[in-house]
Amino acid sequence: MPENIVIIGAGQAGAQAVQSLRADGFTGPITMVGDEAYPPYQRPPLSKAYLLGSFERPRLFLKADAYYAEAGCELILNTPAAAIHRGERQVELADGRRLAYDKLLLTTGARVRKLTCPGADLPGVHYLKTIADVNGLQEVFQAGKRIAIVGGGYIGLEVAAVGAKRGLEVTVFEAMDRLMARAVSPQLSAFFAAEHEKAGVKLKLRTGVEAIEGNDRVERVIAGGQAYDADIVLVGIGVVPCDELAVRAGLASEDGIVVDQNARTGDPHIWAAGDCTRHVGREGHYIRLECVQNAIDQAKHAALAMAGKARTYSEVPWFWSDQYDLKLQIAGLARPSDRLVLRGDPASRKFAVFHLRDGAVAAVEAVNAAPEYMIGKRLVAEGKKIAAETLADTSISMKQMV
Amino acid sequence: MPAAKYKVTYIEDGGKAHTVEVAEGWSLMEGAVKHLIPGIDADCGGACACATCQVYVAPEWEAKLPPKSDMEETMLDFAPEVRPNSRLSCQLRMSAALDGIVLNLPKSQH
Repeated sequence: MPENIVIIGAGQAGAQAVQSLRADGFTGPITMVGDEAYPPYQRPPLSKAYLLGSFERPRLFLKADAYYAEAGCELILNTPAAAIHRGERQVELADGRRLAYDKLLLTTGARVRKLTCPGADLPGVHYLKTIADVNGLQEVFQAGKRIAIVGGGYIGLEVAAVGAKRGLEVTVFEAMDRLMARAVSPQLSAFFAAEHEKAGVKLKLRTGVEAIEGNDRVERVIAGGQAYDADIVLVGIGVVPCDELAVRAGLASEDGIVVDQNARTGDPHIWAAGDCTRHVGREGHYIRLECVQNAIDQAKHAALAMAGKARTYSEVPWFWSDQYDLKLQIAGLARPSDRLVLRGDPASRKFAVFHLRDGAVAAVEAVNAAPEYMIGKRLVAEGKKIAAETLADTSISMKQMV
Repeated sequence: MPAAKYKVTYIEDGGKAHTVEVAEGWSLMEGAVKHLIPGIDADCGGACACATCQVYVAPEWEAKLPPKSDMEETMLDFAPEVRPNSRLSCQLRMSAALDGIVLNLPKSQH
């Protein structure tokens, strides 16, 4: 009997694992279990082109439906996993079925952090994580409607951009003193704030939402002691890793299932990849990444390890966001203590901010600047030392920096 | 009304040809993925972030394609096995003008 693999979680990391397991020569049966109604799909377009309506649903799916059968992967959808019985090496599903495994991969992802203020459960309060979420939002996402967005991070701002484009009245409430504070440098925050205001989006910084009010649905948001009328509330205040199954099975989790550099948990038969994990990053300390890059690369490394070809995971993290006609691309993980070097003129809406640490390129944030991003990512991977004046000098092409 | 569909032929490195129909507006990468064409990995799902959907465009079709964006150009600078007629198929949109296009696939995308 060949070994079999069970994958819990039918998202980007799960789909990647199926593809990589086959590419890496694993020939045994694979079963992938998902709690949503759909086979693995891309989430990034949900808050962008899909919400805007310029990207039809069939294009979201990462693989053709026929792919899974062809790849020898049984898909069990609409079915949450209920428990992992490590001693018996079985996964118990919510419908009572049990699946035996030789090796198990957890790609359970993350779920949205819920708002907890009074009124947070009123009809009209939306989140954005799944196709079903967007379909619900789309029904009310119409020109003239007033949308209050809680959280000025990627999701909130992408929805703000789509909303402004579609003619909604958009207000963004952000508790911190700048936009995308967790993700980008202050320079980028200021640039994007100006762009959103130009598009007519109202920004309320340092303004936490205290309550949502309405008779039987959302009518207003109370923030910073003031009332703001609203027809829709969209909450984008981050995600939490789906680690409950792992925790209940006694696997270590510290705000993310703890895995090693081969994506393996403390149980030699169980691996984990993607948003649900915490792993030792390239810089030697534990990090949790919420991004497509980590879903893809960590799943590839899990597959390699499960196929008996383990290789250390140390890829440079990358991220992107589309807001209006601005493509923001980031490679590497910045730190507040980095020396920032501006290349190009933000007024031209095409520029980059490089982060130097001990003289080496540690991260790059690029706006509509593909060469800076692409080559910057390479510089980060190599830890290349480049003088700030050289990086800032646009008469020197990025290719010459390599 | 369903979108019009046009023909694309993907030829694997070993010479095996797959002629399939791709809907107008879809990328030629999406067309390949939809039809399970081996040889296009498309890791990133079309975000122009991975360069694993490289194709070689048959000479008679090269001129009919839109020019490369900065992004595509830079991605290709660092992709393996790049040739003068390399393109990233996630950046090419199906249209009537491309009906019948022939794309050769590299041996490996990594």
